[in-house]
Amino acid sequence: MKTPPFIHSAIKSSAGKRLSAVLEIARLMLAEIFEEAAYARFLQRQGIQSSRAAYAGYLRESATTRARRPRCC
Amino acid sequence: MSKPVKVLVWSVVALSGAVALATIALHRGEEINAMWLVVAALSSYALGYRFYSKFIAAKVLALNAMRATPAERLENGRDFVRTNKWVVFGHHFAAIAGPGPLVGPVLAAQFGYLPGTLWILVGAVFGGCVQDFVILLFSVRRDGKSLTEMAKDEIGRLGGLVAYVAVISIIVILLGVCALIVVNALKGSPWGTFTIAMTIPIALLMGVYLRRIRPGKVLESSVLGFILVLLAIWGGQWASTTPSVGKYFTLTAPTLAILIIIYGFAASAVPVWLLLAPRDYLSTFVKLGTIAMLALGIVALRPTLHMPSLTRFIDGTGPVFAGNVFPFAFVTIACGAISGFHALISSGTTPKLIARETETRMVGYGAMACESMVAIMATIAACVLQPGVYFAINSPAGIVGQLPEAATSMISSWGFNVSAADMHTLALAVGEQTLFNRTGGAPAFAVGMAHIFAHSIGGQALMAIWYHFAIMFEALFILTVLDAGTRVGRFMVQDALGHIWKPLGRTSWYPSILANSALIVGAWGYFLWQGVKDPLGGINSLWPLFGISNQLLATVALCVATTIIVKMGRARYAAVTLVPLLWLVAVTFTASYHKIWDESSRIGFLTHARQLATSPTAGTAGTARLIFNDRLDAAVTGILIVMIAMILIESGLEWWRVLRGQKAAQVREAPFVATRFAEEQA
Repeated sequence: MKTPPFIHSAIKSSAGKRLSAVLEIARLMLAEIFEEAAYARFLQRQGIQSSRAAYAGYLRESATTRARRPRCC
Repeated sequence: MSKPVKVLVWSVVALSGAVALATIALHRGEEINAMWLVVAALSSYALGYRFYSKFIAAKVLALNAMRATPAERLENGRDFVRTNKWVVFGHHFAAIAGPGPLVGPVLAAQFGYLPGTLWILVGAVFGGCVQDFVILLFSVRRDGKSLTEMAKDEIGRLGGLVAYVAVISIIVILLGVCALIVVNALKGSPWGTFTIAMTIPIALLMGVYLRRIRPGKVLESSVLGFILVLLAIWGGQWASTTPSVGKYFTLTAPTLAILIIIYGFAASAVPVWLLLAPRDYLSTFVKLGTIAMLALGIVALRPTLHMPSLTRFIDGTGPVFAGNVFPFAFVTIACGAISGFHALISSGTTPKLIARETETRMVGYGAMACESMVAIMATIAACVLQPGVYFAINSPAGIVGQLPEAATSMISSWGFNVSAADMHTLALAVGEQTLFNRTGGAPAFAVGMAHIFAHSIGGQALMAIWYHFAIMFEALFILTVLDAGTRVGRFMVQDALGHIWKPLGRTSWYPSILANSALIVGAWGYFLWQGVKDPLGGINSLWPLFGISNQLLATVALCVATTIIVKMGRARYAAVTLVPLLWLVAVTFTASYHKIWDESSRIGFLTHARQLATSPTAGTAGTARLIFNDRLDAAVTGILIVMIAMILIESGLEWWRVLRGQKAAQVREAPFVATRFAEEQA
């Protein structure tokens, strides 16, 4: 039996939503792993725009935490 | 999904796992397909996660989604941040997956694929995943406290001291052995050395790009760095075929060791943003991509394992490292089965990101299961090689001889046919002059990975590129471990020395930075130098020492976990951590006994020292140094074992006092605070 067009488009839209959710999670995961999210939080906390000086401030703040973080064998 | 469908699905998973395990365990003398290992592993992890971790979460730990985590209570947008569980999962996996699960299984493949595979599966499902899960949860309940702090609070001051010494020891030994793996992979290889040397200016360039050109665009700079690394691999081929350039990158093992020691010192002293951070980003980028590619390659190729399920070397006479399958297979594979180092990560950054207690199950147990899968992939990469080729690459000259004909003749006499011509052809195919005596596991893994990639993408023509890509991949994140480990070790020593004289504890005071960096680099550099000068290739003595120290750290973590479970009034469930603890005690104590006292000079440090002392070269400086090294290794092993015995006794006494009612069963965790996100949790 042929799938009615409205069901077909509902399935398609639900699959599309799921895919975009997965891609969004992957993007967030990469942003957290690569510390772009941490930098964004820093900017938000300080209420400033991204700039060389802002990034230098972020690096100063995170240097000790980062240096104490072991990388596993 | 309805209940009957669920039962059906899980029955199919269990049946597939049972059939796959039976196939890999019962086949003798026939080659099997690698997919059996993949199916057995995936089924085991799925069952372990669905049933065992759920049991632990509900009955033993009583996870409570309504209890506010430190990420909520102490949220500061910096260290404590409520984070999506999948994001924390990826972050945690990226932090725990290192070179260990790639190297250990390759070395243990000398026993055949069966012992390593079984240990990886059983060890992870019942040991490693459980350790990571419970330590993560206990740290979450203690505002993200570290393992050493929890040991001090729950077991006592001695527990804290032992955990501290164990952490410092494992860092020093780990860094020495990691550096040795890089040296053995790069000696006499202008292509590999050129590529790895180029990663230093690439990381510096990334650091400057991030700070000056595109502030904060880490992913973008990592992609750029990755493209430059690919160009460096291509450039390495040019360097290796251009004699006037190649001669500067064709280095001996001692020269490489000195260069790595100098690099380690410099990397520890320069600002974090300049070298450590960009190298870390680059290494993570390459690591995640390559692991995904390897998984796809194995599934696409479905290679045949040529290594038998068991080899004759289970009797302890193996050329890669000496020692019986018990206990040495179990200390050789630590990461991938159970690794004490993970307890440091589970009680480091991760607990500060967890949004709700119930997510510790997925992050702790789940991420370790994924790392264990990486170890299975490494086993496959090693076992797709013809056994003769595997042993020719991994056997030291001290066992099989310096000349190709002598080595191949010796290896063929063990029943693993290989010819000097085969090895020469393979070396040419991967762009190397020779592949003999490349101990350490990395080159064998690289050849296996190149084989899988070349047969999936690009064919034989790309074999050399894939081999050097694999070497770059391993060396890159080993050097990242070296950078980060040296700095972490330096901070730990500074923290301790600061109690004696305050200025020494100041992490921004340059004399203290230089002195403590020199101390840590000197300590691991000594082990590296010892390995480089060892006629048996260094891996024979140093990798088991690393495995023992890593498993001893896991022993500390499981002592802490068992103590907390007993104090929580759930002693009847203490077996979930007590059984893996007892197993590790049996393994590490037996391995340590053999490494110190065994009568075989290839295993026992002291027997080897005695043999050297009565040899004709006894009076020479070189022999005196070897004797000293043997005695030093024996002493280090002995000290570690004594300290662990002390923490075991102290933990045992604590359990006894609590169970007898002589001491109140009181855990030192943060008080219960209800979450503000109750509706969301519900």
